[in-house]
Amino acid sequence: MNRSLAAPQSAATPANALPVEAGLRALAGAHADRLREIARRARGLVVKMAHDGRTPHVGSALSSVDILVALYFSALRINPQAPLDPDRDRFVMSKGHGCMALYAVLSEAGFFPPSILDEYAVNGGRLAEHPGPGCVPGIELATGSLGHGLSVGAGLALGAGMRGIGARSFVLLSDGECQEGTIWEAACFAAVNRLDNLVAIVDYNGLSAMQSTLPALEPLADKWRAFGWEAVEVGGHDLEQLTAALESAPRRQHAPTAIIAHTLKGRGVSFMESDLEWHYRPPSDEDLRKARLELGLTP
Amino acid sequence: MVLLTGDLGFKLFDDFARRYPGRFINAGIAEANMMSVAAGLAMQGWNPWAYSIVPFATLRSFEQIRNDVCYNDAPVRVVGIGGGYSYGPNGPTHHALEDVAVMRTLPNMTVLCPGDPVEVELAVRASAIHAGPLYLRLGRAGDPVVHQSKPNFQIGRAIELSGGTDCSLVSMGGILPVARKTAEVLAARGISARLISMHTVKPIDGETIRRCLAETGAIFTIEEHSLIGGLGSAIGEWMVANGAVGRLHSLGTADEFAHSCGSQAFLQQKAGLTAESLADRIARTLRGHPC
Repeated sequence: MNRSLAAPQSAATPANALPVEAGLRALAGAHADRLREIARRARGLVVKMAHDGRTPHVGSALSSVDILVALYFSALRINPQAPLDPDRDRFVMSKGHGCMALYAVLSEAGFFPPSILDEYAVNGGRLAEHPGPGCVPGIELATGSLGHGLSVGAGLALGAGMRGIGARSFVLLSDGECQEGTIWEAACFAAVNRLDNLVAIVDYNGLSAMQSTLPALEPLADKWRAFGWEAVEVGGHDLEQLTAALESAPRRQHAPTAIIAHTLKGRGVSFMESDLEWHYRPPSDEDLRKARLELGLTP
Repeated sequence: MVLLTGDLGFKLFDDFARRYPGRFINAGIAEANMMSVAAGLAMQGWNPWAYSIVPFATLRSFEQIRNDVCYNDAPVRVVGIGGGYSYGPNGPTHHALEDVAVMRTLPNMTVLCPGDPVEVELAVRASAIHAGPLYLRLGRAGDPVVHQSKPNFQIGRAIELSGGTDCSLVSMGGILPVARKTAEVLAARGISARLISMHTVKPIDGETIRRCLAETGAIFTIEEHSLIGGLGSAIGEWMVANGAVGRLHSLGTADEFAHSCGSQAFLQQKAGLTAESLADRIARTLRGHPC
């Protein structure tokens, strides 16, 4: 069984791009500008969902937006028109409580019409505060209890390798989630089984529900390395760095990849950034107005 | 098919691993991770079987089975070895007296407790083509054979081993030989007991329950499992939900951890789960005394 993979290609990079460095840089720049624009809109959708649904976790969702944009608009080999293609890359939102960001980005990527976002946290709606299995196209599986996603992602990666397809498995973890023991069970398992088609991204915003995560986790990158992973640290809101890191996996044959993405909880809305309050507090009418103005969107 | 083990079953899987390279995975001593990995494998189209001793297969990884397997409706077969007191001398950490109660609460889950090695083989074959999540509760190697020929085995359809008119003994899992012996002791005392192997606890076979009540008047459930949530509970729930009238008496283990160490036979005896003790209690109950 050969689980090694060819270097991934960006789905967004045309195959006939001119092999001229300047041209590539311009192309990459234009691409990054487009991604930033998408991320800005997605943030607006997130704040609106949290406001309309009166739900918590707006800070956690804003923290993940850029990572999800880099995944869905660059790294993932997945077609919104054929979301159940058996050979697709799989994405697991292990930090299920941040799923407003996933819903927003899936909608931006065309998996479903934006009107479905109005079903977030309403009675009878499809979009729960933690995603249900297949609730809308693009949601692979249920998450919400922390510490499950990396193990399922390892199973998905292993299963793809056993089928001899080049599909990869990407798992987004919260930093607080890395306190769960099963994360490290999965880390052992993935390294032992040489799952180089598995990529874990840690949304490292430094805050869990009630406290700083740093004392429990540092040195985080070294922990992954000690478990046999390749670890790389990037700015979690830098779309160029994120895209490059995601596309650089696997960085070593037979080794799974951990991307430590340094983020800010509540990123993009100044009064929410790095403030524990916004793990739980839903935005008021005034908060929504101010946030959308800051994001350059119509209130 | 993919076989995962939580580092248990020394030499047991050598033949499988040799014959099917790449299909055997020792997931290490990390059962929770193993169940979620199995869910991921199922989502890639594989047919995973995840094996460990009952408490580790079911209780330790309960939330993984609940969320990753059952909520996602991933067709994982959770296989627990050591039902009841099979691992008697290992102590209560290894006893399996709550697993059926816990597994059958899960939506999408099917719960199988075959009664002897013949039923185990049939249950495995039926499980292999079953569409959803499934829990298979086994006894241990060397359990006595009860069936002299292969019975018709269908998930959700109980097996009647012998007829009877005074009462029905409905048995769950590896205690079936004791239940059969109980029926024999009762017969010697002039009590005609029907013997049923309820190898599928979920979905429960309501038709068989209805027939046993109508034709024999009383059901005695026999299980090496807590009286809380096991076969007796499952049948009682079915009777309440379906307005069935009749007598139901549950014989199982008490709401306590084993106080002393000992073999499976010793602990069965302490729990009153021997043919003689069961027959005494059943005969007394049929005469109108409390069970």
